[in-house]
Amino acid sequence: MNMHSLILRTAGHFLLPLLLLFSVFLLLRGHDEPGGGFIGGLVAAAAILLYLFSMDTESARKVLRVDPRDLLGAGMVLAVISAIPGVFRGQAFFTAQWWEFTAPIFGEMKLSTVLIFDIGVYLVVIGSVLTIMLNLAEAED
Amino acid sequence: MLYAILSTFLVAAFAPTIHRLTGRTSGWVLGLLPAGLFVYFLSFLPAVSSGESIVLAWPWLPGLDIQLSFLVDGLSLLFALLISGIGFFIVTYAGRYLEKDRDLGRFYVILLAFMGSMLGLVLADNLIAMFVFWELTSITSYLLIGYNHENADARKYALQGLFVTVGGGLAMLAGVIMLAMAGGSYEISEILSNGDVVREHALYLPLLFLILLGAFTKSAQVPFHFWLPRAMAAPTPVSAYLHSATMVKAGIYLLARLNPSLGGTDVWFTTLVLVGSVTMFTGVFLAYRSTGVKKVLAYSTVMALGTLTMLIGIGTETALMAAMAFLLAHSLYKGALFMVAGILDHEAGAKDFLQTGGLRSTLPVTAAFTVLAALSLGGVIPLFGFVAKELMLEAVLGAPGLVGILTLLAVLTAILGVAVAAIVGIRPWFGPKTDTPKTPQHDAPVAMLAGPAVLASLGLIFGLGPGLADEGLINAAAASVQGAPVDGYLSLWHGLNWPLAISAFSLLAGGILYWRWEQARRALAWVDRAAEYGPEKGYFKMMDGLVWLSEWQTRVLQNGYLRYYVIVIVVVTAGLVGVTAQLFEVGVGSLNLERLKVHEIAILAVLVASTLFAVLTRSRLGAVAALGSLGFTVALVYVLYSAADVGITQVLVETLTVILLVLVLFRLPGFLNLSSTALRLRDAGIALVMGGMITLLILSTVDARLFDSISQYFIDESVPSGYGRNIVNVVLVDFRALDTLGEIFVLALAAIGVYAMLRFRAEDRR
Repeated sequence: MNMHSLILRTAGHFLLPLLLLFSVFLLLRGHDEPGGGFIGGLVAAAAILLYLFSMDTESARKVLRVDPRDLLGAGMVLAVISAIPGVFRGQAFFTAQWWEFTAPIFGEMKLSTVLIFDIGVYLVVIGSVLTIMLNLAEAED
Repeated sequence: MLYAILSTFLVAAFAPTIHRLTGRTSGWVLGLLPAGLFVYFLSFLPAVSSGESIVLAWPWLPGLDIQLSFLVDGLSLLFALLISGIGFFIVTYAGRYLEKDRDLGRFYVILLAFMGSMLGLVLADNLIAMFVFWELTSITSYLLIGYNHENADARKYALQGLFVTVGGGLAMLAGVIMLAMAGGSYEISEILSNGDVVREHALYLPLLFLILLGAFTKSAQVPFHFWLPRAMAAPTPVSAYLHSATMVKAGIYLLARLNPSLGGTDVWFTTLVLVGSVTMFTGVFLAYRSTGVKKVLAYSTVMALGTLTMLIGIGTETALMAAMAFLLAHSLYKGALFMVAGILDHEAGAKDFLQTGGLRSTLPVTAAFTVLAALSLGGVIPLFGFVAKELMLEAVLGAPGLVGILTLLAVLTAILGVAVAAIVGIRPWFGPKTDTPKTPQHDAPVAMLAGPAVLASLGLIFGLGPGLADEGLINAAAASVQGAPVDGYLSLWHGLNWPLAISAFSLLAGGILYWRWEQARRALAWVDRAAEYGPEKGYFKMMDGLVWLSEWQTRVLQNGYLRYYVIVIVVVTAGLVGVTAQLFEVGVGSLNLERLKVHEIAILAVLVASTLFAVLTRSRLGAVAALGSLGFTVALVYVLYSAADVGITQVLVETLTVILLVLVLFRLPGFLNLSSTALRLRDAGIALVMGGMITLLILSTVDARLFDSISQYFIDESVPSGYGRNIVNVVLVDFRALDTLGEIFVLALAAIGVYAMLRFRAEDRR
């Protein structure tokens, strides 16, 4: 599918990195401010879709680099992995683990299994939306 | 203990590799595992035979009161020793019997997994753990029976065994849960000490029948006996293991295990004794009139299982001693005889007793041990089978009720049992030499002879020195079945009494029956015709019915029209909610419209306008766009009420939905014919009902509050426990992470489903 619009194509080129960056931003701030893995994943998927409409499915796949189906698997694995560390510390499955530390430049940082889980959600959302959309768009050609 | 059971599954996983590495000797190498387990279980013997019972526990699902606990007492140890001991001979035997089979590696996997499940079943102290192992034995035995999966019969009868035992297992699960409710614990050791409470409990009758259904199907009691002979489609080592010594004894184990808490009532006595004695007679009768080697043995197993059920039902001390002695005797001789059946097939190609005769000269060692085992089967002095049979007859004569029927059936069984033993022990070996399909070149190899030799000899050793079996384990086993120490003892010579007279008479009568075998079989030909109306017929009718029902419901429900799916879902939902609202008299709250602000009215107007446009437009694209505008307006509502996350999500999802719909709509042809007015009225009606119901629901929740809202908890706990200020996100990824995991799993599954559908379409077109 190609809209043959020069304006859309140019805008798509510039918007794609910005939107992807924005999606990561949403993902990371999600725990404290509006955002999170689900929303971030939707924004990232929409970014790729915008690119798809401005170019074609082939270049959309190229810019994604990986098959969206692999994102599904990777996301599920990450989400399940995040559930495990608690078990080794004698807590229930899925108990969140937090590490707070001070890093140079960034100052105080919080890392957690919750973040790993959210990244898993992020990947699954991108993967499922794009698996459906890309294949639908290709089926049309 | 945990590691002992896990080791079987672990070795099972690597069995094909071990088989590849060791080749012809793989049977002996893998046999090390059951041999090691046997020695390990023997180490419990001194403690157990002095009357101790040992409980070992690991937490598993502490939240649900399920732990992985094991109970080692006389009963479970007796079973564990039989399973691992006979298991050793089976594994080594199979290594040679299936030597040329290309799937031997796979066979080891299932066999060892089965052994592990069986050990878990008899050693588990937790009811749920026991049930899990119980079902595992059903599944692994299904795979073993259907091992020759290229054979349609093997598949069919494997499935039959699975359906019958798993169907019973399902009933048992319900029974087990009720038992835990009645006994106040999932731990068997605790329930056993609570017998009176269980027997007085209101659920006693239902739970008893459900558990009995499980035990009876597993242990092939009439009318579920038909699956056992059919399961002989399995390779012979499997028959020897599953259907003589282990799998079918699981039901017996369950009855014996629960005897202290369930037994002792009239219902228990009557049900077990009647079902058991009828099964006992049916089994031996059908065995007598069969000619297939494995079939005769299988039916005589049915006889043994019936006897055991009956003895447990009688429940006197003598009966329980007899049950445990008979269990041991039967496992020994039946394991040996089934392995002999395999030798007959392997060396002489004979699967039917009519094809055999005079094999004594070519298979001398096999013949000798077969005779020994058959003597035990027939209950001839001085074999262990005799000790067990005498005790059985004594128990029957001393039963607390129904003595007349029981004695009659027991005597008939004893007579026919002797005839069956003669068929097995005399027919193939003595008399004129018959041409077998294959002429045996030599006697069976050591790996295949070891099992029959050792097991049959043990029958003789325990017969000559019953104290050995008695003090070792039988006494302790009977004590754990009774739930109290046992005074009785086993002995070879009880003096001149009724049981001895019955034994002598049955030897004579059985001998005559064997002598007139040919004529008797011809006279009994009518049984075949009668069997056409037997319980197996019912099983097949039921299976046909199931297939018919599922075809019908697939045709009706899975009709392939999206509109009908939607109609069904909407109507059912609206109906159920409506009825519930009516039943609970849900009130409708009042709306306060005075505080409505101008911008809210504007949003409302947009909502109504886009809805009307979506419904009335004749352009698909227009309808999609209208739906999109509807969604965005709803997002606006969320934002107005400060649900920022939900608002953002709504905007994004709405965007993607519109894109998705546009992509799909591109593929559809234009509207060719629009629905008729009648259909549109119907759809409008359904839509109004659904919309009206939702509206009423919302109105009713405006001021009704049945429970305290839990949102305050999330607001309070979000920062201290979840370390996040965005409550929605903390709920999603921390408090309710398991739900979210389920949701992303569904999401991924849906994507894969769409992918598969699109791909298959593409391939169809090509």
